[in-house]
Amino acid sequence: MKYEYWFAALRGLSCKKKVFLRSKVVSAAELYYIEETTLKKWGVEEKDRRTILESVKGWNPETEYDRLREKHINFYTILSSEYPAKLKEIPSPPYALYVRGRLPEEQRKTIAIVGARQCSPYGREMAVDFAKRLAEAGVQIVSGMARGIDGAGQRGALMAGGRSFGVLGCGVDICYPRENIELYTELQKAGGILSELPPGVQPLPQFFPARNRIISGLSDAVLVIEAKEKSGSLITADMALEQGKDVYALPGPVNSRLSRGCHELIRQGAEILLSPEDLLEDWGILEKGQTEKIGENKIALESTEKLVYSLLDFQPRSLGSLLERSNLSVSSLTNALISLELKGIIREISKNFYVKVR
Amino acid sequence: MFSTVLSASLRGLFVEFVHVEADTSNGLPMFHMVGYLSSEVKEAGERVRTAIKNSGIVLPAKKVVINLSPANIRKRGTMFDLPIAIAILASLGEVEEERLHDLLIVGELSLDGRVKQVPGVLPVVMEAKKRGIKTCIVPKENQREGTLADGITVIGVETLEEVCRILRGETIRRQEIREDMRESVIPCEPSALDYSDIHGQRIAKRAAEIAAAGNHNLLMMGPPGSGKSMIAKRIPTILPPLTKEEGIELTKLYSVAGSLNQEAPLMKARPFREVHQSVTRAALIGGGVFPKPGELSLAHKGVLFLDEIAEFQKPVLELLRQPLEERQIKIIREQGEYVFPADVLLVAAMNPCPCGHYPDLNKCVCTSVQIRNYLGRLSQPFLDRIDLCVEVEKIRYQDLKEARREESSEEIRKRVCAARSVQRKRYQNCRVSTNGELCVKEVEQYCRLGLEEEKMMRRAFEQMNLTARMYYKVLAVARTIADLEGEEKITAVHLGEALSYRSMDQKYWGGGAA
Repeated sequence: MKYEYWFAALRGLSCKKKVFLRSKVVSAAELYYIEETTLKKWGVEEKDRRTILESVKGWNPETEYDRLREKHINFYTILSSEYPAKLKEIPSPPYALYVRGRLPEEQRKTIAIVGARQCSPYGREMAVDFAKRLAEAGVQIVSGMARGIDGAGQRGALMAGGRSFGVLGCGVDICYPRENIELYTELQKAGGILSELPPGVQPLPQFFPARNRIISGLSDAVLVIEAKEKSGSLITADMALEQGKDVYALPGPVNSRLSRGCHELIRQGAEILLSPEDLLEDWGILEKGQTEKIGENKIALESTEKLVYSLLDFQPRSLGSLLERSNLSVSSLTNALISLELKGIIREISKNFYVKVR
Repeated sequence: MFSTVLSASLRGLFVEFVHVEADTSNGLPMFHMVGYLSSEVKEAGERVRTAIKNSGIVLPAKKVVINLSPANIRKRGTMFDLPIAIAILASLGEVEEERLHDLLIVGELSLDGRVKQVPGVLPVVMEAKKRGIKTCIVPKENQREGTLADGITVIGVETLEEVCRILRGETIRRQEIREDMRESVIPCEPSALDYSDIHGQRIAKRAAEIAAAGNHNLLMMGPPGSGKSMIAKRIPTILPPLTKEEGIELTKLYSVAGSLNQEAPLMKARPFREVHQSVTRAALIGGGVFPKPGELSLAHKGVLFLDEIAEFQKPVLELLRQPLEERQIKIIREQGEYVFPADVLLVAAMNPCPCGHYPDLNKCVCTSVQIRNYLGRLSQPFLDRIDLCVEVEKIRYQDLKEARREESSEEIRKRVCAARSVQRKRYQNCRVSTNGELCVKEVEQYCRLGLEEEKMMRRAFEQMNLTARMYYKVLAVARTIADLEGEEKITAVHLGEALSYRSMDQKYWGGGAA
């Protein structure tokens, strides 16, 4: 395995070339000790020959492999049987996949939930809610563990006790972004952290678009929650289409910049997703007509609470504007807000700005 | 011959009496001063000799030794000029020695013999009265200030020569000056500012009223141009009028700081001190080699306003933590401890994010990391000292145009005063006098909750992630709201309103966790 690791971590060779070289020999050790003349005979270009021979020099297979074990990182090459079958089918699969935790289960339905980093409270709530309900139905959630929608979706899945997988644009031993350290550790327990990059590789902007192809590649469908007109989430959606996966988009307010990307996707033919149950029905996990639709609250509210709740929205509303519209006194308005907040159906997202959660 | 004159030196607000001793004897003509003097006191020698000469008195060629005792405290300031001159003249027999008993003298001399004003006269005169001194001679400009102390004769003098005549027993016709101090409350002077100037902003005004009623520190968040400073500047207009004691205390403080208006020395209005973000540590909390009160102390019994608080340097803000709790500031120097009062109502204002538009995501251009970093400039311990946190909205057009009559400051002040008197009554046997000063133990004692309210707070504590400190702040604010309504018991309604003004936990700012 230690030579396999060296070959997998070897950078600068495409997956295709690696597969070709690996098929020429019985074990990766042969490649490690290979003569340049042999490579020449096989028709390997000079640039690639140098890459291989030079990487041998600075690499001690024993210690490097030990270090990998110490970090509890597994790796699977495209030739191994555990390598996700879905990923093999995409146009340019990674040669190796490094994993902390475990790989997604093949037979389970998997969905990628992606979206803007700087998201609105509406997007955040929807990501959590959709992920929760999908995870409850046994769907695995894949995403990029980024700030905003990605992280929110994965947290939602974890809250429901489901499986979730984070695909990183750096080595799996690096937590990026740093503030998601809690999510990073939780994901390792209830799913896995995946990357095609060897451990120790720092996140760089160019790694992220490539990372997105793995997110969509591991999934059966991609759900875009919120995206601006030019965003990474749209790259993921494009790749999903290229890979022949279904793309779903969540509609939002038409005047919100953050939903423009989603609306554009819908216009281009992406499925519009109004509830997680719709998706579950499409997949045959739920039978049609069995489910209750969202937006129905069973919590009993008093009349002032009802009034205040009706004035709220998924867009933040300030205390001042609520005061004016409701014609309530300051104390009865604040009381209604606090009791709605305690019931968990609204939330204060900035000082005295409130949004509906349900 | 030897003579001695009583004078005083100031260490912060603390008065130390100093005996100025002079001895003239035959010998080589010389002028020598001893007694742990700072350089401005050493220079007094030249000023005094020239002033005496220019007052028409010839100094004989004798050996003159001056000692300022006790010799172990550092003497500084210019108030020793006049006592030194008088001590010399007494030792030469120019003034009558026996008239120096029970007399205290302070004042600076100019070369032509005129007496100039000095800072810190009121604390000195009041301390002298405590010590049983009957008369104080002070510069004419400081006479009004000195007479604020009752029960002691304060003589204002203009020239050295005039002092000599008084001390020779000549009667001089003097104009009687006395401030009217019979009232126990100092009547408020009409202010140019009034809450009726502000249209709309009901929430922020309500928060200001609660802050004033319970002496609670207030943080206002809102986009630029929403009127945060307007609201802050008007808070003194709804605070209760100063009592006589408070007025005197403030006057002493301003006297020591040297920023008293000598025409009308008594401080009649509560101070409003606005501090700019460029403020240094020394300017804010007080400092210098010989510490003077800083802005924090000058806002004593009034409002300290920190605009754009997120732009302040963190170490400067952190300095406020301890004085806000103890309501006084201690500055330790090699010469000793300086204690200045700092019972302030802290009012701070900031934008919700660097661009000021959050949470309007169509306008806000800040990333969530930027917002978190921006708000993170206030440390959690500092936020814990904020009792009320409220949003101030952008002013809308209809607010400006609507002809609704806005409440005047005087109407609000009436309610504030009523709430304050409820608190005074409740805390009459207590070290505090307002809800904002209560410590944890006292909150538990005075802010008892019923069963129903207890339940509500438990849920709030768990669901809203309150910290222990925030929990107690909410209770104290609810107590104030109940006091404003004139109610004995804190009800769920009061708690609900108090909860919506709670200061935010940093973790949840910028929409951090899902």
